Amino acid sequence: MLILHCPYCDVMAEETDLAPGGEAHLRREATASDDAAFRDYLFQRRNPRGVHFERWRHAFGCGKWFHAARCTQTLEVFGTYSAQVSTPPDDILAKIRSRRPDWKGFE
Amino acid sequence: MSDVMIEECPLRGMVSLRGDFASAAFQKALHGVTGLDVPTTRRIVTHKDGSVAWMSPDELLLMMSHDQADAVVSALEDSLSGEHHLAANVSDARACFRIQGWGAHEVLAKGAPVDLAPEVFHPGEIRRTRLGQVAVAFWMTGEDAFELVCFRSVAAFVSDWLQMAARPGSFPDVFNA
Amino acid sequence: MSTRLANGGVRIDRSRPLDFTFNGRRLKGFEGDTLASALLANGQTLVGRSFKYHRPRGIVASGAEEPNALVRLGKGDRAEPNQRATTTELFAGLEAGSQNHWPSLEFDIGAINAKLSRFLPAGFYYKTFIHPRAAWKHLFEPVIRQSAGLGPAPTERDADRYEHFYAFVDVLVIGGGAAGLKSAEVAGRAGAKTLLIEQTAAFGGRTLVDPCEIDGKAGPEWVEDQLARLDGLDTVTCRTRMMGAGVYDHGYCLAYERISDHTPGDGRPRHRLWRIRAKRIITATGAIERPLPFSGNDVPGVMLASAVRDYVGLYGVSPGDRTVVVTNNDDAYRTAIALKEAGLDVPAILDARPMATNALADKARGLGIRVEVGRGVASVQGTKQVTGVSICAQAGEGAVLETIACDCVAMSGGWSPVVHLWSHCGGKLIWDPDHAHFAPDPDRPPLGADGSGFVIAAGSASGALHAGDAVESAVRAGRQAAEETGHEPGDEAAPEITVEDEQFMEAVWCMPQGADIKLRSKAFLDYQNDVKVSDVQLAAQEGFESVEHAKRYTTLGMATDQGKLSNINGLAVLAHARDASIPQVGTTTFRPPYTPISMGAIAGEARGALFKPVRKTPMDDWHADHGAHWEPVADWRRPYTYRQGGENIEQAVTREILNTRTNVGLLDASTLGKILVKGPDAGKFLDLIYTNMMSSLKMGRCRYGLMCTENGFLFDDGVVVRLGEDSFLCHTTSGGSDRVHAWMEEWLQTEWWDLKVYTANLTEQFAQVAVVGPKARAVLEALGGIDVSGDVLPFMAFAEGTLAGIKARVFRISFSGELSYEIAVPAAQGLAFWQACLDAGSAHDIQPYGTEALHVMRAEKGFIMIGDETDGTVIPQDLGLDWAISKKKDDFIGKRAQMRSFMRREDRKQLVGLATEDPRTVLPDGAHAVEPGTNAYGHARTIGHVTSTYFSPTLDRSIAMALIKGGADRMGETLSFQVDKDRTIRAKVVDPVFLDKDGERQNV
Repeated sequence: MLILHCPYCDVMAEETDLAPGGEAHLRREATASDDAAFRDYLFQRRNPRGVHFERWRHAFGCGKWFHAARCTQTLEVFGTYSAQVSTPPDDILAKIRSRRPDWKGFE
Repeated sequence: MSDVMIEECPLRGMVSLRGDFASAAFQKALHGVTGLDVPTTRRIVTHKDGSVAWMSPDELLLMMSHDQADAVVSALEDSLSGEHHLAANVSDARACFRIQGWGAHEVLAKGAPVDLAPEVFHPGEIRRTRLGQVAVAFWMTGEDAFELVCFRSVAAFVSDWLQMAARPGSFPDVFNA
Repeated sequence: MSTRLANGGVRIDRSRPLDFTFNGRRLKGFEGDTLASALLANGQTLVGRSFKYHRPRGIVASGAEEPNALVRLGKGDRAEPNQRATTTELFAGLEAGSQNHWPSLEFDIGAINAKLSRFLPAGFYYKTFIHPRAAWKHLFEPVIRQSAGLGPAPTERDADRYEHFYAFVDVLVIGGGAAGLKSAEVAGRAGAKTLLIEQTAAFGGRTLVDPCEIDGKAGPEWVEDQLARLDGLDTVTCRTRMMGAGVYDHGYCLAYERISDHTPGDGRPRHRLWRIRAKRIITATGAIERPLPFSGNDVPGVMLASAVRDYVGLYGVSPGDRTVVVTNNDDAYRTAIALKEAGLDVPAILDARPMATNALADKARGLGIRVEVGRGVASVQGTKQVTGVSICAQAGEGAVLETIACDCVAMSGGWSPVVHLWSHCGGKLIWDPDHAHFAPDPDRPPLGADGSGFVIAAGSASGALHAGDAVESAVRAGRQAAEETGHEPGDEAAPEITVEDEQFMEAVWCMPQGADIKLRSKAFLDYQNDVKVSDVQLAAQEGFESVEHAKRYTTLGMATDQGKLSNINGLAVLAHARDASIPQVGTTTFRPPYTPISMGAIAGEARGALFKPVRKTPMDDWHADHGAHWEPVADWRRPYTYRQGGENIEQAVTREILNTRTNVGLLDASTLGKILVKGPDAGKFLDLIYTNMMSSLKMGRCRYGLMCTENGFLFDDGVVVRLGEDSFLCHTTSGGSDRVHAWMEEWLQTEWWDLKVYTANLTEQFAQVAVVGPKARAVLEALGGIDVSGDVLPFMAFAEGTLAGIKARVFRISFSGELSYEIAVPAAQGLAFWQACLDAGSAHDIQPYGTEALHVMRAEKGFIMIGDETDGTVIPQDLGLDWAISKKKDDFIGKRAQMRSFMRREDRKQLVGLATEDPRTVLPDGAHAVEPGTNAYGHARTIGHVTSTYFSPTLDRSIAMALIKGGADRMGETLSFQVDKDRTIRAKVVDPVFLDKDGERQNV
């Protein structure tokens, strides 16, 4: 059972205090999008073996959403950060690169 | 031997206040109404007429006597007019319990995934988490004394749960060994 | 015969005798005994029957690995089957019984299976019960079920209580033998907060019984000293009767504490499940001795050599008068020596190795014990008790050289480290060919949140079988754990160990090496599931080469002991049969829990009234006092109806509907979600959340709104009220308040964080009461305080003020088609307001009504209900709710999805009303409409299903709604609903609004 650092409460919260929210950094496709783009937004999700960015909500705590950078294979957590960014912050990316030199980077 | 008293507190005035903690107007309004500064992360500050608890980065819980809550909301609305905020009387939405006595830590540790060791969890800290299956928040009011709030609809459930957890002979004696 | 010795037994207190019963027989034991040691002390070597062949079985082991001695304990509300006698502490009055036999343990009809065993090989059931197909359900399965399972499940409600407990430590040490005791000391001395847990009632592990000196002291004495040292450390907590059950991600460990198993009924909880979060976990879980696979190795009296030694040393019990030791390693010699020193007879040590030149062998010979090298057991004599062994050359095919009379056989096939907890969370193993076992690979431990290993193996669990190596590894583990949790360990040395040197063991996977099929068919690997060497070989021969497949085909290691004794032997046999190496074959997956834990411990406090939270409204007590028949609505309980006098439920519902339609009804609507949405951008935000335009809603007015998911599907609905320029109150369904609030926050926090909007879930702040019916206005007027006249408060308007002296908001909205007001008051005054309504309404024949009347009345009006007419695949357009979808808005959640081609098809299932041809016939809920003919699969052609169906007392006929393919164009068609094989109900497609289509009743 995972523990993640809630960047808002500054506590290590265990999984039962959290609610998962799937892949992070999706870009919403609204009315003007074409069918393919909208389909991808609705249904196509990454499922990498390795570095992954996810949304979590501190459901039983402050109620806030945050993002977590995590390795799906080893469950190593590289860091958690604000949900109000469209790309992972530099310090998180640097941490991932130091731990996973072969990682091809955030797309 | 355990000696934990569980009692439901009488109705308490509670106001949920959301706004920008960094804003001078917000700080001023809070101070004007409660005499207190915005608490830092996970802190609960108390004075003689009530307390102010940090609930999230943009939400505070103000506690006062039950009959004061509407007046507090009005006062906040007045002093925050023009400032984006939300103030709501939530006094009746919650129930409050006092858990007191030798073993109080152990009662909560049966249901809350929180390290309550005295060197980790101190008076002045509020923790929002779960107790068994329901959402709660609690803080220490003294040595071996906690207050806990939950939603009104599950008050009976929480009361039963706490009574069960506080039954004599059921403490692992981890905190009070 | 097994018996109590006159002396010895470090765990028992001979001054405290205890009475207990086994199969009704009164027996005596001592405090400190396990049930197993006490049974042996009373000469009870036969303790059960095996699962498949019902072979007589005795105690094999002395701890958690025991496969045979499963008994029923207690009776009535404290009965529990399948409890291991070896881990059951004896207490006064304990009642135990054997299981899996009929009519008695000594004479068992099922033992016929043993005679048939050559017709019941691995895979027998798979191969046999295939044809004819119907026979499975009616013949085979019932018979197999009857004979399957071990002990019978208890029939009474569990009398005990259970609980959970959260703990947070730097270092968790699992296992209280010498290694665990030492690791905990090193970690604790360095300042790490350390919890040491031991599954049995006493610390010390094998140190208590194995002859060795630590720091110049005998084992038991050193253990006592060590416990005193730990007691002096504030940082260390030691607990017994607490087993590490499972290790999980990020340092999470479940530990199972058996608080009062040995003191039943003393008022304490029975078990406590600890949910421990540790920065580092040291597994000092010891090692388990392996049986040797020879013919008849399951006859009662054949035991692990270490267990024989345990019974003598720990409990002062001799498992037999004459014990033949058979081994492939030095350690078993210690058993022979211990027996001899206890005054018992050891006719021979059969050592499968070609020579035995070690110190222990010399000592044994010195005691006059005959040592035979290169020898093994060809077969065991006896059925319910060993009477002798036939010996043979290990290198041969089993030709009997000699038969030795004995009543006990102590066997040792070497030791396997207990790697379960290391492996649960992904720790990898390496094969150690010298000891023929898998051990934790320290370079590939389970990884924690920070990416570093969080489990450290110590002692024999790490593969260090020699006592000196074991304590050295324990000191290293303690140091490592301390350092990695930010503490600085001292430089204390490992204790001095004085113990005989040992020469290497030699693996024996089949005894004798060339055993023929007859011998191999009686050489058991898995005792509990009756899996023999021949079964695993058959599985390999039939192509089940993967260890996971062979396991499932043969059921090797799938019994309640999870193969603690059998796995390594089994996979060695498989490897041999496949001509592969053991590491190539690999192990099966180790899964928690280490040994079975009680269901009660898993449930913890969540039993009975605490099983699940029930949410109650402020008027709940009143409902309970007034005949409420409850209905669960999400987590709430709501009155379904209120029964009066001798009414049945249906009569009560009918009365409530008719009274509401004729006079006035009162509904507790407090469960409705109430979310305050406030801020300069609140209108803009709600325009995105709802399909309707909400920003244009006028102050003081209400509007019914729909919420869709990004897939376009309708998921919640409710009335939105504009409270002020920048504040709206959004009502949600009863089950939807938390979900909708979270939904709004999700969009605000993760997508539109530029919007200036705050939300607050005020659901529980208010009690809400609906006053419904032609006389509703009269009731509110009688309450007094707010002008509720039609002009001042028209339909879909709201007013704020004081009603009956209570601060209130009045919404003129209707879910029944009647003149209707919903009034919100502070929850603490909900009951008072409810009572005030009843008092004010008594002159108008007011009666409360429940959720069923609510449902019927809304269906009469054709109002949809989330969860009835919607199921997560329905868009508002399917329900004819196009009027609630704004055409003016560029965007709202779900809009883009509703533009997808599939969502626009005209033959989607659409909402219709149904009028059965016979007005008294009520369609069953969910009934499928079928068209003539069959589809491509030969199934009925279904075109839709009934979503709501009732008998309407108002209309005195049945009504229903359904989602029907292309339903919008089927008005007037008659559809067939096949509700049973030979029963079809015909119903005409009609407008779903059955009552008062023009809304005259509510616009008064």
